[in-house]
Amino acid sequence: MKLSLGIDIGSTTVKTVLLEDGCVRYEKYERHLSRVRAKALEMLEEMSPFLEGKEFSVALSGSAGLGLSEACEIPFVQEVFATGEVVKKLEPDVGTVIELGGEDAKIIFFEGGTDERMNGSCAGGTGAFIDQMATLLHMTVDEMDKISLEHTRIYPIASRCGVFAKTDIQPLLNQGARKEDVAASIYQAVVNQTIAGLAQGRRIRGKVLFLGGPLYYCHGLRQRFQETLKLSDEEAIFPEYGRYAVAMGAALYASKTGTKTSLSELTEKIRSKLSETTQSNRLPPLFENEDEYERFHQRHAQADVAHRDIESYEGLAYLGIDCGSTTTKMVLLSDRCEILYSYYNSNRGNPVEIVKEQLTTLRWLCGDRIVIAGSAVTGYGEELIRNAFGVDLGVVETIAHYTAAKHFLPEVDFILDIGGQDIKCFRIRNGAIDSIMLNEACSSGCGSFIETFARSMGYEIEEFASKGLMSRGPVNLGSRCTVFMNSSVKQSQRDGATVEDISAGLSASVVKNAIYKVIRAGNVDELGEHIVVQGGTFYNDAVLRAFEQELGREVIRPAIAGLMGAYGAALYSMRLTESKLISAEALKSFTHTSRSAVCGGCTNRCHLTVNTFSDGRRFISGNQCEKGLGLSTSAEPVPNLYEIKRNYLTSLESDACGGKQERGSIGIPLALGMYELLPLWHALFTDLGFRVTISGMSTKRTYEKGQFSIPSDTACYPAKIMHGHIEELVEAGVDAIFYPCLSYNIDEKDSDNHYNCPVVAYYSELLGGNMDVLKQTKFLYPHLNINQRRELTKELYIYLADFFPGITKKEIAHAVKAGFAAYDEYMSRIRREGEDALAYARANGKRIMILAGRPYHADGEIGHGIDKLAASLGFVVISEDSVCHLAEHQPVRVLNQWTYHARLYRAARFAAENPDVQLVQLVSFGCGVDAITTDEVREILEKRGKFYTQIKIDEITNLGAVRIRLRSLIGALEQ
Amino acid sequence: MEKTYISFTEEMKKDYTVLVPNMLPMHFTLVCKVFRNFGIRAELLTTEGQEIKDTGLKYVHNDTCYPAILVIGQFIHALQSGKYDPHKTALILFQTGGGCRASNYINLLRKALEKAGFPYVPVISMSLAGLEDHPGFRLSVPMLHRLMYAVLYGDLLMLLRNQCRPYEIKKGESEALALEWTDRLAKEMDVGKRISYRKVKETYRQIIADFNRIPRAEVQKTRVGVVGEIFVKYSPLANNNLEDFLVKEGAEVTVPGLTDFCLYCIYNYLLDTKLQGRNKKVYPLYRVAYRFLIGKQNDLISAIEEISEFDPPSPFEHTVSLVQGYIGLGTKMGEGWLLTAEMLELADKGIKNIVCTQPFGCLPNHICGKGMMRPIKERNPDVNIVAIDYDAGATAVNQENRIKLMLANHSD
Repeated sequence: MKLSLGIDIGSTTVKTVLLEDGCVRYEKYERHLSRVRAKALEMLEEMSPFLEGKEFSVALSGSAGLGLSEACEIPFVQEVFATGEVVKKLEPDVGTVIELGGEDAKIIFFEGGTDERMNGSCAGGTGAFIDQMATLLHMTVDEMDKISLEHTRIYPIASRCGVFAKTDIQPLLNQGARKEDVAASIYQAVVNQTIAGLAQGRRIRGKVLFLGGPLYYCHGLRQRFQETLKLSDEEAIFPEYGRYAVAMGAALYASKTGTKTSLSELTEKIRSKLSETTQSNRLPPLFENEDEYERFHQRHAQADVAHRDIESYEGLAYLGIDCGSTTTKMVLLSDRCEILYSYYNSNRGNPVEIVKEQLTTLRWLCGDRIVIAGSAVTGYGEELIRNAFGVDLGVVETIAHYTAAKHFLPEVDFILDIGGQDIKCFRIRNGAIDSIMLNEACSSGCGSFIETFARSMGYEIEEFASKGLMSRGPVNLGSRCTVFMNSSVKQSQRDGATVEDISAGLSASVVKNAIYKVIRAGNVDELGEHIVVQGGTFYNDAVLRAFEQELGREVIRPAIAGLMGAYGAALYSMRLTESKLISAEALKSFTHTSRSAVCGGCTNRCHLTVNTFSDGRRFISGNQCEKGLGLSTSAEPVPNLYEIKRNYLTSLESDACGGKQERGSIGIPLALGMYELLPLWHALFTDLGFRVTISGMSTKRTYEKGQFSIPSDTACYPAKIMHGHIEELVEAGVDAIFYPCLSYNIDEKDSDNHYNCPVVAYYSELLGGNMDVLKQTKFLYPHLNINQRRELTKELYIYLADFFPGITKKEIAHAVKAGFAAYDEYMSRIRREGEDALAYARANGKRIMILAGRPYHADGEIGHGIDKLAASLGFVVISEDSVCHLAEHQPVRVLNQWTYHARLYRAARFAAENPDVQLVQLVSFGCGVDAITTDEVREILEKRGKFYTQIKIDEITNLGAVRIRLRSLIGALEQ
Repeated sequence: MEKTYISFTEEMKKDYTVLVPNMLPMHFTLVCKVFRNFGIRAELLTTEGQEIKDTGLKYVHNDTCYPAILVIGQFIHALQSGKYDPHKTALILFQTGGGCRASNYINLLRKALEKAGFPYVPVISMSLAGLEDHPGFRLSVPMLHRLMYAVLYGDLLMLLRNQCRPYEIKKGESEALALEWTDRLAKEMDVGKRISYRKVKETYRQIIADFNRIPRAEVQKTRVGVVGEIFVKYSPLANNNLEDFLVKEGAEVTVPGLTDFCLYCIYNYLLDTKLQGRNKKVYPLYRVAYRFLIGKQNDLISAIEEISEFDPPSPFEHTVSLVQGYIGLGTKMGEGWLLTAEMLELADKGIKNIVCTQPFGCLPNHICGKGMMRPIKERNPDVNIVAIDYDAGATAVNQENRIKLMLANHSD
C-alpha cells in the first residue's frame, strides 16, 4: 500500500487528494478565505483517520502553495504541469485542456508537442471575476448560474480583463437589461478572454477537457464554452474530478518523488510557520493606538448637517436622487436645506424598483403636509429614472457633487469623490469647477472593489473595514489596477498576511490610485487648502485615514459623505417651484419592463435596451447616437470632421474600379496608419494597375474575427483589430495584402523627429508571424521611407519586382507621384474642412470641440462613435489634424518625436488660444506613448485656464462614462 | 529645438557628485570608474527596495514604462535621502534616442525633478546622438575608448560568473571573484595610462584562467536564457532578482551581453543608410566604429575559446544573420530585431529555455518579443519561451509561478 497526498492551494481554495496505490481515497475542496496555512492545517486534521500513524509522501501545488512549500520545505509541483501529468495518465486521447481557477486561466495543448500556458498579467481574474459579478447582480454564484441558462441573447462585453468587462456590465444593469442575459454575457466574456488570451492563434480542437472550480460549478459557463468552441457532447468533457485535477497531479508527483513523511511531522512543519510572516513590503499602521483613532473619529464627527423630523414638517420640499452604478441614494430637503429623509442602499441591479419603492414611501410620508416642489436626478441611471418617474431635472454628477460640497464648505477648493465604481476629482477655482478628473478602467480601484473583496473573504464591508483600522502592518498592494491588486493580495497571502493587513492595504491602494493615477498630484499643495472628500467609500474610516496619511493633511468628510450626490441634486432642484414628479396615484400602477434590441440606424448596430413603462412611454438606452431613440435627428447636420474623414476614406474603394487593373487585386487594411496614408497607397497602386480592395470600417465583428491570433493582449485596440481586417481581406480573395513598415511618418517639419509609434510602425511584422491565413496570399510589408520620393521609388521597385515581374521603375516613379498628389489633396481637404467647420460654428454660435486623437480614432468601432455623441450634445466636432496648421509651433517639455503627436500639441495650443474651442483627448488603452502626451497636453491647456478632458477607450462599448465626462465639461462651461 | 535644460558646466564638474543609475552592477561599476578617471565624481546608485518604486510612482505618470518609474524613482529617492547635497548633485542618463518612448526618459526625469522640488538639478544626457550640450561632460575619444573596455570586461565577467556560479563547489566563490576583478579592472583603467590592447587581451586570459580554476561540479544543469527590454533584462531591481531565482531553481543562466546592444545601436545607423537612404553623411564614421567593435568582440570570443571550455557569446554578425525570415532589420525601436535575434541565438547555441522579460505594456516588445514567439516556436519546436511582464504592480508570485511552469517543461 502506497499513500500519497496532494495539496493544491490556489488563490481562493484548498484542494486535497489522497491517493492509495493510485486510487482516490479521500478528497476535499474548501475556500480558505486567505487563511492559507491555518486552513491547510485544519484540512490535514480532518484527514487524520486516513493518515494517522502511516507513512506517506506529499507535494504542494498552486499559487498560494508556492509560499508554503518554500517556508516549510515541502516538495512543490507547478500546477499546470501537475494537471498535464494527470491528464496524460487519465485521458490520453484529450487534445486540449482548459482550466480555470480563482485567479488564473490555463490551457494545455497536447497535439503536436505539449504546450502549457497561463494567462498574462493583464488578463487575470476568472473565478474571482465570476464571484464579483455575482455580487454585482446580488446573487450567489449558483443563482447566477441558474438564470444564465435562460438567456435569450448575449451582449457584447469587453473581454480584455475582468475590470473592462465590469465596465460594460454595470451600465447594462443600470439600463435595465435582463439579468438572465447579463449573466450569460458574463460567462461569454470569460470564454472570449480565455480563448483570445491563451490560445493565441492555436486552434482548440479534438476532445477538450474542462477543469477547475468555476467550470465544475457553473453550468452556464460550460454551455458558453461548448457553444463557442462548437464542441459536441462527446468532445467536451467535464470530469467529476474537475476540481481536483491539480491536487491529483500533486499526489502523483509526490508518489514519484518518494520522500516520506508522517502526519505529525507535516503538521509540525506547517504549525511552526503558522504565524510567520514576511514583513517586507509593509506600510506604516493607520493608527498608532486606540487614542489616536478616537481623536480622529471625533474630529470627523463634527462635519454634520442639519436634520429635521419629517413627521412634523410642513411646507415645501425638494428631492434629490443619485442613481449610481452600484447604489441608489435619495435625499429630501426642507426649504431650509435640512434633511427630512434620506436613503442609501445598493440598487441590487434594479434601480427602477428601488426608486419606485422609495417614492411610494416618500409620498406616503409627505401626505398633504409636504409638497415636493422640485426634484432632480443625477448619476448613471439619470436618464432612466428621469424618464420613468417624471423627475424634473437631470444634473450631471460633477455639478451635483460640487453643489453639495460648496453648500457644506463654501471655500472648498478640492473635491474628491470615491463612489462604488467611480472616482471623481475636481479642483475649484474662483467659485467654478476648474478641472475635472475621472478614473477609467485601469484606475478603477474604488468602493465596490473593497466590498466584493470583503465578501469573498467572508466579511461584510463594515466589519472588514474596521478590522483594517488596527492593522499593525498594512500590506503594500500597489496601485496598478484591481486585477493586479488581486494578485498582490495573493502574494501577501503567500507571505502570511492577516485579514487586518489586507483590509488596510486595500484602503491604501484605493487612495494611492486616486492620488497618483487619477489626480496625478505631485505634491499636496496642488490639491489646495480646503479638501472635501465624499462618496460612500469614505464611510470606510480606513480609506479616510489612509488618504489623510498619504497627503499628510487633514480633510473634511461630511457625515453624509455617501449622500452628497443626492444632496447636491436636491439643492439643485431648489431653483424650481413646481414639480412634475410622479404622483402617489400613478406610482401604484407603475410597472416597468425591459427588452433588448439591435438598432438598425447605421452600421454601428448598437445594442439597445428598450424600457417600457406602464403608461406606454418608452426609454431607450445603449445607443451611441440619437438615431436609435426613434427621434428624427436634428434638422441641420453640423460639421463633424470625423464623419467627413470616414466618408472620404470609404468613398475611395469604388473609385478604384476605373483603373487598368491588369496586375490583379491588392488588399489594404483600413487600420492604424492606413487611416491617414490610404489616399497615398490607394492612388499609388491604382496607378500601377492594381484593383485596390479596402477592408472597410471596423465593427465589433471585425475584432472578433481576428481575436484568436493576437499574441500580445496588452497592445492597443486599434492594433488588435488589424487581425480582423486581414481576415476580411483574405476572405475577399485579394491577390496580395499591403501594409508597409514605416519607422518614420511624414515629416511635417514641426517636431524634433517624425517617428511612428512602434506599434503603428511594425505591426505587420507581428501579423506576418502570427496569422496563418497570410500564408494563403502574398503579404507585402516592406520597410519604406516615405519622406524621400526617389528612395521610396527605389525601395518599392526592389521589393515589388520580386512579386510582380514586369513592373518597371518608371511606372513606380509615376505611381509614387500620383500617390503623393492624392495624399496632399486629402490632407489639404481635411484642413480646409477644419477651417470651414470653425467658420460654421462661429457663424451659428455653436460650441467647438477638437476631438484630438490619432487618425485611426475616426474608425466607428475604435472611436465608438464618440464624435457623434459629442455632435448630439451640440458640438461642432473637428479633428486635431484639421486645425493644427492654424496654431504656431508649440514648444513642449518632452521630446517631440512623433508626427501625430506634434499635431496634437499644436491643436492643444489652438484650443488654449481660442476661448470658444474645447479639446477632448482620446486615448487608447495601452498606448504607452500617450502616457507622455497626456500630461503635456493637459499642461498646455491648463496653463491658459482651459479644461482638459481625457477619454480612454478600448474594446468597451458603453458610452455611459463618456457621456458623463462630456456633460461634465458642458456643465462646467456653463457655470 | 529650444534649449530647456540646465547644462552641466565645467564649474559644476569640480565639486558636483554625479549619480549614475544601476542597470548592470559590474559594467556600471567600471563605467563609474572611467568617469572618475576623467574627473567626474560619479557615484553608482545601489539603493533598492519598495521605496524606490513608490517614489517613482509618485512623480512619474503611472502608465509610463517600469524602467522609467524605477530609474526616476531611484534618483529622486537619492536626492530626498539627505545623503547628497541636491545643490551639488547632477544626474546622468544613458540614451539611444529611438522611436520608442524610452527616448523621453530624460524629459520625464526633468519633469519629475521639477515636481519634486529639484528643478535646479542638472541632468546629463549621455548619448552618441549628441542631443545636448554639457560642457562639464563631453564624450571624448579616450573616454569612449575606455567605456568600450568597461562594457567588454563587464560582459566577460558576467558571462564567466553565470557559467561558474551554478556549479561552484564553494558557495559564492564565482561572485567574489567577479567582484574582485571588477575592482582590479577599475584600477587598471586609470586615465593616465595609455590602454595597451595587448595588455587588455592579456587580462582577458588572466580573468578566464582565474574563473577556470574555480572548482565546479561535473553536472549539466538546465540552461536558461534571459532576453528582453534592456533594463528589466539586466537590472535585479527591475526583474525581482531573476538571475538569483533561476539559479536557486537549479538553472544555469545565460544573459546576452551589453556589447551586442551597443553593436545593435551602431548597426542601426548603417541600416538606416542601406535600407532607407538616410544619414548618408555619418555612414563612414559608424562603419569604422562598427568594424572596430566587431573586431574587439571577436578577440574576446577567441580568448574564451582558446583557453577554456566556457561557452563564448556568438559573434554579432552571426546573431544578425539568424533573424532572416523572422523579422525585418528595419524594426529598430527599443530592442527591435535584436530581441528576436537573441532568442534565436540562444536556441542556436542549444539554450532552449528562454525567459523573455519586458516592462508591462512595452510597445516594441509586443512585436519583437511576444509577437515573434510563435514563429520562433513554429520553426524550432523544442524552444520553450515564457514572456514575463514586470511592473510596479505585478507580483513576484505570479512571475515565479510562470517561470516555474517554464522550468517544469524544460527541454534540454
